[in-house]
Amino acid sequence: MSKIAITSEGPALDDLVDTRFGRAAGFVVVDLESMETRYIDNGQTQVMGQGAGIRAAQLMAGAGVSFVLTGFVGPRAFQALSAVKIGVVQNMEEGMTVRQAAERFQSGAVKLADGPNRRPGR
Amino acid sequence: MIVSIASGKGGTGKTTVAASLTRVWEKPLIAVDLDVEEPNLHLFLRPNIEESMTASLEVPVVDESKCTLCGACSELCQFKAINVMGTLLLTFPEMCHGCGGCIALCPEKALSPGKRELGEISRGRVNESQFLMGRLRVGEAMSPPFMRQVKSRLRDIIAANGRDAIIDTPPGVSCPAVNAVIDSDVIVLVTEPTPFGLHDFKLACEAFSPLGKPMGAVVNRAGIGNSEVYRFCEEKEIPLLAEIPFERKIAEAYARGLVIADLSTHLREIFISMHAKICELAVRPGLGEAAHA
Repeated sequence: MSKIAITSEGPALDDLVDTRFGRAAGFVVVDLESMETRYIDNGQTQVMGQGAGIRAAQLMAGAGVSFVLTGFVGPRAFQALSAVKIGVVQNMEEGMTVRQAAERFQSGAVKLADGPNRRPGR
Repeated sequence: MIVSIASGKGGTGKTTVAASLTRVWEKPLIAVDLDVEEPNLHLFLRPNIEESMTASLEVPVVDESKCTLCGACSELCQFKAINVMGTLLLTFPEMCHGCGGCIALCPEKALSPGKRELGEISRGRVNESQFLMGRLRVGEAMSPPFMRQVKSRLRDIIAANGRDAIIDTPPGVSCPAVNAVIDSDVIVLVTEPTPFGLHDFKLACEAFSPLGKPMGAVVNRAGIGNSEVYRFCEEKEIPLLAEIPFERKIAEAYARGLVIADLSTHLREIFISMHAKICELAVRPGLGEAAHA
C-alpha cells in the first residue's frame, strides 16, 4: 500500500507535474517506503483518438499503485480507477514538480477526490 | 439515382434545396433526412409518418462467471470499450463501435450481445413520395453507425420500388458528412458567394473529390459577397447547377417552413432546371475518375 503515481512531463522527481491524467506524458511511480522511483511512459496513450483515460488507468492498475496524483481526471478514467480501488488526488497545479506533489501527499495536505473534475475527451 | 445535398458550411441552404428538389423531382421519389443530429427536412415536407423504429448497436454484455480475464477482448478493442482492469472486466458501452469482434473472439463465450440505443428511424409519405428520417438519440456521440442503419432502410425501399432518392446531409466534412454522401451517385454542394462559403466549399470539394462522384455546385444567396466561388468552380471544373437569389421573401418563407419552389414560377423553374442538370451530371464521369483519364 505504499506506491503512488504522479502524472509527469518527464521521468525525474524534479520534472514538472503534467496536469492531464489520460494524456500525461508519463507517470513517476514513487515507492513511499524506499523513495525509489520508476517511470512509465504514456506516449502510446497520448496518441489515442479516444479511451486515453481508460488506458492510463489500466497502466496504473498494472503498476500496482494505490493512489494517483494529477491535475484533471475525466469521468471514464475516474470510473476505471475507482473500479480497481485506486485513490485519486486531483487539482495538482501546473508548475509544481513531481517531488512537491509527492511531499504534499506525504504531509497529508491532500484530499481524495469523490468524482471527476473534467469532461470526457478533454 | 441517389442525389446527396451537401455543403461544407452549415446554413448554406441544403434543406432548402432538398425540399424544393423533392417538389419538382419526377415521382416516385424518396426524400431522406440523414442530418441525424438535427433533422429538419420534415418541417418543410410535412410528411405523414407511418412507422418508427428504434435503431440500436450491438454492445458486449459480460457474464462474469465465465470470464477468465484472459484479455483477448481487451487487446482487440481499439476503442477501450472493454478492458481488463486488474481482476475486473470493465465495459464502457458508450465507447463501443459495435464491431462484434470481442463477442466473436471470446474463447470462454463469456460475452453476449446487448444493445445501446442509437436513435429512431421514421418512414412516412409526402404525397406520392416516400419520406425517411433518422433522429439520433440525445446524448449519443456516434452518428455513422446509426446513419448506416438509415441507409440500409433506404436500400430496402429502393430495391423494392426502384426509386430515386434525395438525401439531405449533415454539414461539415467529417465522418457523418462523408458517411451521408458516400453511397450517392451525384453530390450537390450548396454554397454561398462569401469568404466563409468559399472556405468551407473548398474543404468539401477536397473531402469529397476522392470519392470519385460527379459533383455540382448550387450558389445560394446569389448577389451578395464576391465572385470567388464562381472562379473556384471554373478552375476545378465543378459545374454550376443553379443560383438561388438573395431575397427577403425566400428567407421569410423558410422561416415559416415553406418550400421555396412553391413560392413562384421563377423559383420553381430554378429547381426544374437544377433537376435536369443533376440528371446530366449523373451520366458524366466523376472528378476522381476524370483525373485518372
